Amino acid sequence: MVSEKTLFGKIGTYLLFAGPTTFAFFTVVILPFLFGVYLTLTNWDGLSATYVFVGLKNYRMVFEDRAFWTSFGLTLRYVAYTVVLTNVIAFTLAYLLTSGIRGQNFLRAGFFVPNLIGGIVLGLIWRFVFSNVLVYVGKRFGWELFLRSWLAHPDKAFWALVIVSVWQSSGYMMVIYIAGLMGIPKDLVEAATIEGATGLQRLRYVILPLLTPFTTVCIFLSLQRGFIVYDLNKALTEGGPYKSTELVAMHVYEKAFLAQQYEIGQSEAFFLFAMIVGVTLAQVYLGKRLEVEQ
Amino acid sequence: MAQRQRYREGILEVLRLSFLYFLLVLYLIPFFLVFVNAFKDRNQIIANPFRLPSAFHLANFIEAFRKMNYPYAFWNSLVITVLSTALIVFFSSMTAYLFARLPWKFNRFMFFLMVASMLIPFQAIMIPLVKIYGSFGLLNNRWTLMYMYLGFGCSFAVFLYHGAIKSIPLELEEAAMIDGCSRFQAFFRIVFPLLRPTTTTVAILDVLWIWNDFLLPSLVLISPRNRTLPLSTYYFYGTYTSEYGLLLASLILSITPVIIFYLFMQRHIIRGILQGSIK
Repeated sequence: MVSEKTLFGKIGTYLLFAGPTTFAFFTVVILPFLFGVYLTLTNWDGLSATYVFVGLKNYRMVFEDRAFWTSFGLTLRYVAYTVVLTNVIAFTLAYLLTSGIRGQNFLRAGFFVPNLIGGIVLGLIWRFVFSNVLVYVGKRFGWELFLRSWLAHPDKAFWALVIVSVWQSSGYMMVIYIAGLMGIPKDLVEAATIEGATGLQRLRYVILPLLTPFTTVCIFLSLQRGFIVYDLNKALTEGGPYKSTELVAMHVYEKAFLAQQYEIGQSEAFFLFAMIVGVTLAQVYLGKRLEVEQ
Repeated sequence: MAQRQRYREGILEVLRLSFLYFLLVLYLIPFFLVFVNAFKDRNQIIANPFRLPSAFHLANFIEAFRKMNYPYAFWNSLVITVLSTALIVFFSSMTAYLFARLPWKFNRFMFFLMVASMLIPFQAIMIPLVKIYGSFGLLNNRWTLMYMYLGFGCSFAVFLYHGAIKSIPLELEEAAMIDGCSRFQAFFRIVFPLLRPTTTTVAILDVLWIWNDFLLPSLVLISPRNRTLPLSTYYFYGTYTSEYGLLLASLILSITPVIIFYLFMQRHIIRGILQGSIK
């Protein structure tokens, strides 16, 4: 057995246990990331073997790319709506499904189903629902709302995207909220009831505060998902009609691989990264403060 | 009084139940619609998407099965998912063990780097990733894809295993090592078996992620022969846009494996999701 005390022995032990992951992690995540930073400072077009250092020009180009800022604003709106709706619905489901209702395990399992399937297939399923089934309903009953496919209308296509995202994620967050609710001691809630607290007061002053760590996790996860959503966007609306539902992740993809402006696409991806880091840190900080205050 | 109370609670229970089942029907109706219409032809679908099919003709399924190269796509997905998950479980558990048991400065740094890297969105990496691997001629290769899954998946797996290993008492391994086990043997004979719940969690999260992933394989696997199930479903959809029955049959074919997996593993899946999210 090699001694773990000497430097040589330490390196040996490290390579034996962590060599493969370290190598894969660096070559797949860290080096491409750093190379990406370098790319944004050059004029690489994706084809040429040589490229010139151009300083911050690409980042300036990002500010001139109006389409990027449109889709950035759209993404913020999309994230805001999906995070709020997902968490409200997920919490409601979890609350109802921890009250000892008959068949609650079956119901939980049912609401979770959309999470088993990838965004591409879910998007295609809902494409059929929005452009065939609902249009049929609209025509059959003369409902103005559904007469034309939602996916052909810029504003409605955005809401279609929000609805499908909420539909998918709420079952996932529900599972987390259920775990949180089951961890709340029963006697605390009973004590509040004996003291005369109404259902809403119990919710506001006992249950929600005790649930804060779980809420933080759910909001964190739904924020993350919202910012990087691509599959669903691609399969459901393809960014259309007329690019009106092109979220940032999709914009970056199109910029780089279809418009072949790799350097600008990469710079825009870093804006997305900065946004995610900023929002995540702010959210974790706020969550921690809420926990401390109670 | 007590009777009235019970009466009120009974009504409340019925209300809650009907609300929940109504919601469940709303949640699952898209799947039902896709399933029902997959047995019809185009005209029947347009005539009324809610009507049950007059007969359960399998023609759409057989044609979709053939045209989307289902056996190939299924096999590709299966091989890539199973092997990538095995790689992640095997190597990440070892790495986490090293980080948890030997807190050298470098190990702490690497652990921190891995956890921090989880914030990087895939979009910030994909362009240079394609560029680098393309220039080495490594794209369009299933092994490259599995290797990338190890690279992307190891951080989170190491993080989960790290937490689990911390809670295993040290005495067990120490005793084994005094009896002449090497650290490597001590890990695989003693620690790894105790990590089974975490292994289930990691495996389930990674299987669902890799099986359903679209963007990474769409960048790496270019030739149709290598396509995974989500890729071949998507390209199939692009080719036959107006043949609804066929398209819906392809969607059913593509979700069936995961639904079967869920029927058997439901409890583990829900628990796995939970353990993976609240850590």
